[in-house]
Amino acid sequence: MDTLRYLLSRLAQSLFALFCIITLTFFLARLAPGGPFLDEKKIPEHLVEQMRRNYGFDQPLPVQYAMYLGRLATGDLGPSFGNKGFSVNEIIADSFPVSAALGFCGLVLALTLGIPVGVFAAARRNTIVDYSLMSLVTLGICVPSFVVAPLLGEFFALKLGWFDVALWENSSAWILGSVTLGLYYSTYIARLTRGSMIEVLSQDFIRTAKAKGSPPLAILFKHAFRGGISPVVAFLGPAVAGLIGGSFVVETVFGLPGLGQHLIKAASNRDYWLINGTVSVIAVLILTMNFLVDVLQAWLDPRTRANR
Amino acid sequence: MPLPVRTETQQGQSPHQTHSGEGAPVHPGSGTRRAKKRRPTEYTENTELQELEIDAKGIRINGKSGKRGHQNSPHLSRKTFRVFRVFRRPILFCLLLILPLASCRQETRVDRATREKILLLGNGAEPKALDPHIVSSVGDSNILRALFEGLVVNHLSDDSIHEPGVAERWEPNADFSEWRFFLRKDAKWSNGDPVTAHDFVYSYHRALHPLTASPYASMLFFLKNGEAFNTGKVQDFDSVGVKAKGDHELVCRLESPAPYFPDVVKHTTWLPVHRGTIEKFGKMTDSYTDWQKPGNHVSNGAFQLTEWRLNAHVKVRRNPHYWDAANVKPNGIDFYPIESPFTEEKAFRNGLIHYSYAFPENLVAKYQAMPDSPLRSETYNGSYFYRCNVTRAPTHHVDFRRALASAIDQETIVKYVTRGGQVPAYGFTPPAEGGYHPPRVIGFDPEKAREFLKRAGYASGKDVPEFTIFFNTLESHRNIAVAIQDMWKKHLGIDKVKIENQEWKVFQQTTQDLRYDVSRAGWIGDYVDPYTFLSIWRTGDSNNYTGWSNPAYDRHLEESALLSDPAARLAKLGEAEAILLDELPILPIYWYTRVYLLHPDVKNWYPTLLDHHPYKHIDLVPSVKGADR
Repeated sequence: MDTLRYLLSRLAQSLFALFCIITLTFFLARLAPGGPFLDEKKIPEHLVEQMRRNYGFDQPLPVQYAMYLGRLATGDLGPSFGNKGFSVNEIIADSFPVSAALGFCGLVLALTLGIPVGVFAAARRNTIVDYSLMSLVTLGICVPSFVVAPLLGEFFALKLGWFDVALWENSSAWILGSVTLGLYYSTYIARLTRGSMIEVLSQDFIRTAKAKGSPPLAILFKHAFRGGISPVVAFLGPAVAGLIGGSFVVETVFGLPGLGQHLIKAASNRDYWLINGTVSVIAVLILTMNFLVDVLQAWLDPRTRANR
Repeated sequence: MPLPVRTETQQGQSPHQTHSGEGAPVHPGSGTRRAKKRRPTEYTENTELQELEIDAKGIRINGKSGKRGHQNSPHLSRKTFRVFRVFRRPILFCLLLILPLASCRQETRVDRATREKILLLGNGAEPKALDPHIVSSVGDSNILRALFEGLVVNHLSDDSIHEPGVAERWEPNADFSEWRFFLRKDAKWSNGDPVTAHDFVYSYHRALHPLTASPYASMLFFLKNGEAFNTGKVQDFDSVGVKAKGDHELVCRLESPAPYFPDVVKHTTWLPVHRGTIEKFGKMTDSYTDWQKPGNHVSNGAFQLTEWRLNAHVKVRRNPHYWDAANVKPNGIDFYPIESPFTEEKAFRNGLIHYSYAFPENLVAKYQAMPDSPLRSETYNGSYFYRCNVTRAPTHHVDFRRALASAIDQETIVKYVTRGGQVPAYGFTPPAEGGYHPPRVIGFDPEKAREFLKRAGYASGKDVPEFTIFFNTLESHRNIAVAIQDMWKKHLGIDKVKIENQEWKVFQQTTQDLRYDVSRAGWIGDYVDPYTFLSIWRTGDSNNYTGWSNPAYDRHLEESALLSDPAARLAKLGEAEAILLDELPILPIYWYTRVYLLHPDVKNWYPTLLDHHPYKHIDLVPSVKGADR
């Protein structure tokens, strides 16, 4: 019963947060200077007026907001101005799978690379191995993906010819995109894992385990790992959202038709409904992930369960 | 305390734990087993403790697997290897995936496309739409010209030659104010319907209709009452100067004489749309319906739309109903919206595209040095300049603007900053625009610049109040702004010039609201005639944005439209431009070049001023290098 109540309250919180995000995005997009019908070659004033009428922008803002919420309730995210003839629903349905594939493969790589490195560095704390691994990780954090991505492309695609360097269709360029994302997030995961593993390893129950003669590897993986991985699990929420929605650079470098491109272009084009649509999708993603992560953490960390 | 210390030393001593450490998360039990087997003697004393299975907090810390681990454990190194193998599987799997890709690298995508006669073109940004009455960008019109055919089309290599399109021939009246187009009888839409003069009338009705709100409707203001109908002053489309005389004759009556009218109708706004298709998906004036999706789209050009995926590709293939289908060389064209020129350059090098839409300026020198370089650098119908706000100080003073203009060393900018073979602009209209050359009024002259500065009332550059150069956020704009800031400091001593970048839409707003001092600008001609450049500086023109107005200038332009003799007309336009360059509401910087990469397999691709390349003539023939392979 308690668990159900906890889940319901978390769900209510998430929905409230989503509502706030949608509202804020709507008004912030409208407050930004410039507008969707502004271009270098000026569109005559009377035509801009007509376009505004065509899209319902001649109404007062609160009315537009109410209309927007009404449409949203029916699942209609509205038309896009930047991609005329496409609805925001179509655009998201088209680009989300690309970003999801990129992000999922990136995440798998980030976890399989980041966690072992972090655990290993923690186990070898303050040795040369730890220092060199952490230097590499720090380097990975510092070097932005717009540097890593072209380098990967230059080497694996143009020099070795293993992949295509760009484009989506029947092309292998997305693998390099995934690797770029995965490498970047693996560095964060490695640092997080190392830090929390070190913390857990210095706790009493570990000492007891050692005292009763548990083999070091058993201590590391059976006793410490479950607690040590907890911050990484917490990080998964924002990481997944970042991997899926924030892959703009990778998408640009490898010419991939993902969500990130739409998100950034919508903002610079003042493509209002596309801004609201993409932001809402990413918000839903973050909130869902955080919700799942909370559940997962409760399972991982007995103390969370006890406190509840 | 001694126990943990020992544990640490154990860890330090055992190099094999590197591997088991990686493997362990999958098989937690195996780590215990391995370690146990390896140093059995060391652990025996701990067994008792472990038997308690209870830690300080009273929670079971040693499950069954751990216990079992004590009893039966295989040899460590073999097991480590086996665990490691679990991780090798996906790696091997990936390699298996990659190997076939690597092995079929001998034939690149471009080689195959050449064989199949499919042209692979980089095309800059994602098209906004594929409706000729909705879009305006260069990339969009590149696709539209493959899909649609207008009355008159571009010549393969010379923009001044008018090729017959849907119109077989055309003739003006004596003063060029009325044009009759005779349409070919075999022109067909991609669904087999005939293309008639009524289609054109319908299309222009649609484009000019106020409810359509076509952003480029002004291209049709050449038609009598076109503007009046678009602004709603005239309600009846019958009063607009476009009529169908039977199915195959189109008559255009113009607002004022235009000897260059065939150039005008080459523009994408003058392309026809298919009435049945438009109205199947909505009203005539609906600007965003599903009609432009693959499967629905009907066009009358050499190609028809087959695929469109946002940010990925637009694919067009042969239109079997096209009247000249027998002479269409490519089987299709794939347009790729690759926004980053760096990505495009790599895609070109990787053999993914035949042609790159753009090219990074910092690679120009490298490519120029190559033998048989695929780099092309061609004159383009555009002008890069700065607008001056003449409504506020200090740029309101004509001598001050003259000083600024004379202190810009354009030669240095194109040579060391832009580096793409751009041409230093001594005027606004690019030269050779339909035989026109702008008058030489200003030029780089520091001596004169200082003189102008004195005449503007500043004893030295130090006295000039602070002002700002605005530009939209882009590295190349910044580089030019920095260079000019430095030139004004060096030659005029003005040290209070600020530079400020703004995001695109904000920048447009700043410029259009005249809240700037000096603002970056570019203008690409819509057709080949000086009028497309000079008309924007008329009083109150919607693209003026400088506050500048000169009655003599306006009068010259008006009078030029009434001159039917081409030479006299160009001379008149030259007089107008002389006024513009004397009063300088704008500071000319350079004339554009198109810098791009073109694969040697592509034939019949000639440099043209408008950068239009009639796709039906473009041939794909494997070059010698490709044949060797």
